[in-house]
Amino acid sequence: MFGLTPDEWTAIELSLRIAIVATIVALPFGLAIAWVLARKEFWGKSIVDGVVHLPLVLPPVVTGYLLLIWFGRKGPIGAFLEHTFGIVLAFRWTGAVLSCGVMGFPLMVRAVRLAIEAIDRRLEDAAATLGAGRVWVFATVTLPLALPGVIAGMVLCFAKALGEFGATITFVSNIPGETQTISAAIYTLTNVPGGDAAAGRLVLVAIVISLTALIVSEWFARRAGLRFHGE
Amino acid sequence: MVNSLLSLDVEKRLGEFQLAAKFEAAGGATALFGPSGAGKSTIANLVAGLIRPDRGRIMLDDTVLFDAATRIDVPPHKRRIGYVFQEGRLFPHMSVRRNLDYGRRMSGHLRDDAEAGRVVAMLDIGHLLDRRPGKLSGGERQRVAIGRALLMQPRLLLLDEPLASLDADRKDEILPYLLRLRDEAKVPMLYVSHSPAELKRVATAVVRIARGQVAAQGGLELLATNDSA
Repeated sequence: MFGLTPDEWTAIELSLRIAIVATIVALPFGLAIAWVLARKEFWGKSIVDGVVHLPLVLPPVVTGYLLLIWFGRKGPIGAFLEHTFGIVLAFRWTGAVLSCGVMGFPLMVRAVRLAIEAIDRRLEDAAATLGAGRVWVFATVTLPLALPGVIAGMVLCFAKALGEFGATITFVSNIPGETQTISAAIYTLTNVPGGDAAAGRLVLVAIVISLTALIVSEWFARRAGLRFHGE
Repeated sequence: MVNSLLSLDVEKRLGEFQLAAKFEAAGGATALFGPSGAGKSTIANLVAGLIRPDRGRIMLDDTVLFDAATRIDVPPHKRRIGYVFQEGRLFPHMSVRRNLDYGRRMSGHLRDDAEAGRVVAMLDIGHLLDRRPGKLSGGERQRVAIGRALLMQPRLLLLDEPLASLDADRKDEILPYLLRLRDEAKVPMLYVSHSPAELKRVATAVVRIARGQVAAQGGLELLATNDSA
């Protein structure tokens, strides 16, 4: 289909699956951390902020290596997950979800945090006087008002996850059908003679997916924005 | 004062500002009167539970809302105190109808269409129900804000300068509704304002606040003092 080989389709399907799952799994954590950073003062806040942003500034290979040490089958967390839940991340597509999610996380937190900080806290106070407990204030006032920022954060996370290369290839390697994403496939193709045409096709696919995500998110954000000004 | 509805004896430090207020209020409309910056809004926020006192005690009816000695601090969402803010603070992403219904939904009460209809009729906001707050005039917004606070069936209604952001005509538009609230709905009110003219029409008792303290408590004659803004 579309002149793409089955292997290329596999890489595309895998990339989409990893990026979507990474974004969905990161979302609840992203919302929680962003809310805490936007609304709470506590000791060690700058440390939390720094750790969240670390994947943004560290070389991706370093992030991938740290994930390998901690989440590999012999790593402390990896061994725990395998013995307790039977979950193995190393060299599996689920591991790619983890590395892509970690890399996209700071971008998501940043966007959501800015959106929450822009919300008038006095509206949240008003909701509290009307009988809304903290969780309901978040669900009925904070979250809907932050929705454009949440959508932007999800798209940024998705895009980062889709393009992630360094941390992923370090943590889960480049296994066709398991962890070989579009980026990894392009990298492999450029290293084999005659791979240019296939690489070019995947490059086009990557552009199309990214552009589509951007356009769809713009549309959602505009709709969410319109709701505040009412029609 | 016998039969006091609200009794408050609290201290609160906010930066350089020190508040130490002690007064009691009965039913009717009690004015918190004084110049800007005297601490009136701070008192309203303490009563609502949006600010926590450093020490002291706040009672409403027979229930303790806050008591530093026994470490009781009822969170704002459990106090059932309606609050009408100066800027309305309607939720911009909800229609007027959903704004009005918010308190009921949050407290899990059953829908009472008759009561909602009464409030909507009293405030004359029936034609606004499907609009968004962004499309309302200042006066309409305040009426909806009053309705929203009323429909949660508050034990006490706090009004913090509810007319201050409106021009004279809009003020005259809202005042009759406030009087009906006082005389027909018989909702006890704590009415924060720096305007003697406004309070002369609404208040039944006056607590005069100056520099974070209760300067005097009594009847409407306290509004005549010349240190008002």
